[in-house]
Amino acid sequence: MMVRNTSLTRRILTVDLPVLLILIFTLSPYLWMALTSVTQESKLFTEGPSLAGATLENYLRLFRTVGFGANLLDSFIVAGGTVIVGLALSVPAAYAFSRFRFKGRRLLMLQFLVINMFPLVLLILPLFILMKTLGLVDTYFALIIANSTVAIPFSVWMMTSYIDGIPRSLDEAAMTDGCTRFGALFRVVLPLCTPGIIATGVYIFITAWNEYLYALTLGGRSVKPITVAIQTLIGEYQVEWGLLTAGGIVGAMPATLLFLFIQKRLIAGMTQGAVKG
Amino acid sequence: MSVTSVPPVPLSRRVLPLVMLSPAVLVTLAIVFLPMVQALWMSLHDYVLFRPKNFDFVGLKNFIAVWQDPVFWTSLRHTVIWIAITVPAQMLLGLATALLLNQNFPWRGLARALVIIPWALPSVVIALMWVWIYDSNFGVLNELMLRFNMISAAIPWLANPDTALYAIILTLTWQGFPFFAVMILAGLQSIPQSYYEAASIDGASQFRQFWHITLPGLSGVLMTATLLRVIWVANSIDVIYVMTGGGPGYSTYTLPLYALVKARTGLDYGYGSALAVSFTILLLGFVILYLRRAGRNIA
Repeated sequence: MMVRNTSLTRRILTVDLPVLLILIFTLSPYLWMALTSVTQESKLFTEGPSLAGATLENYLRLFRTVGFGANLLDSFIVAGGTVIVGLALSVPAAYAFSRFRFKGRRLLMLQFLVINMFPLVLLILPLFILMKTLGLVDTYFALIIANSTVAIPFSVWMMTSYIDGIPRSLDEAAMTDGCTRFGALFRVVLPLCTPGIIATGVYIFITAWNEYLYALTLGGRSVKPITVAIQTLIGEYQVEWGLLTAGGIVGAMPATLLFLFIQKRLIAGMTQGAVKG
Repeated sequence: MSVTSVPPVPLSRRVLPLVMLSPAVLVTLAIVFLPMVQALWMSLHDYVLFRPKNFDFVGLKNFIAVWQDPVFWTSLRHTVIWIAITVPAQMLLGLATALLLNQNFPWRGLARALVIIPWALPSVVIALMWVWIYDSNFGVLNELMLRFNMISAAIPWLANPDTALYAIILTLTWQGFPFFAVMILAGLQSIPQSYYEAASIDGASQFRQFWHITLPGLSGVLMTATLLRVIWVANSIDVIYVMTGGGPGYSTYTLPLYALVKARTGLDYGYGSALAVSFTILLLGFVILYLRRAGRNIA
């Protein structure tokens, strides 16, 4: 009994406590923001953020006066569009990388990898000029294209590693039984990698939702994703921290929830391939 | 495959992968590589957006100007400081976190899930909450430090040229260490348990086990993750852009931020592109190192 007790104390001191400290460091900025967002603006500077007398007033103002709803919709359309473009292009490519050995395969795979290594700023400047020339600035299309520059290479890699995980013998068996290659792709491979496709789609959604610099450069008055809206808030309502933090919570919510929901699979994919940080 | 199976048709087998790849390849060529070439091309021209008719070829003039630009050197110095502090800090914190999360304790699953949250947040939101924390009048950091007598007067962390860069570095460390933790945790789980059992039978201490088994087992992961982080931390400008916009003065300028500001605010796309290209060239060494490592893993 003694031994068990001391080892438990030891574990608490060497494991639980340090983990708790790290979690406090990790979560407290977020919790502090959440706490601020439910505090009345007038109380914020006199008493500081507190749970006593919590109110949703800031959130209501966010949607009624500031019009955050439209920004949420913009972000949703851009992120959803990027998911569709990203998956539609990357799933066939990943299948080809996984199931065929051909000349230039390695080079093409590295090509997709190198894209995510280049500075964003190197792409933003010419993309802005390009969209301006085409008259596409401030459209959903421009933002979806811009986000796809990040999404396509990433999802090609992530999907390739998922499809690699499905034994080749399965599609070969299907083809022996009379399926065409496309039959095997649609009836065997795709159903089996549905979880992978969902995880990749969610990841694309999160990155596109969180993206800021493209949204700032290529968006405008009619298309203004949530990240830009939050940044504009910072400029316009400088000291109204209740409103600002409410904006932060709302802006972070979809990505955070999706992330917690899909986390395990996402991490498996992330650590296999080489991925954005 | 058995002998009776349908023999593969060579032509379709050769063409099919290319057909399936071509949409992705063509689109990335059009929206990534073409613009990059265009950036290179712009950097060799005088190109200011409010004079769009003037697009004069000036050769390396922009690059010579970059070389002589004091702001370029300031930004370069900040970029180096920024990487040299942020990446090791993220790595050490990530390593400690991963080692802890690899132990057995009842709420391990919950802790693993929660620790990654910063990584999923939009950088604008991260910037926002840290600006609030650093606020000189009502920020919680000043309040806590005043209460514990660590400082005698509130410090305007982001408005003070001496502290602004380091304040942002702390924010970025916070944002990025979970990535290291997750990568390292995966690495730890791939080290066979039998190594540790053998070592403890031979009487190796905890520290020696860490030094001779864990660290060598992690070296690949650590190298890959570090290279990736160097590249990503160097590139990341959104957090700085929202937190200080480069200010006060030039005290939080990094190279990519300078390029962006030059083009966005100054509308000088020729010079901005030259800055972006110079930065890319400087970063290229790390990119090549990383690609060589990744290339080896492609079967």
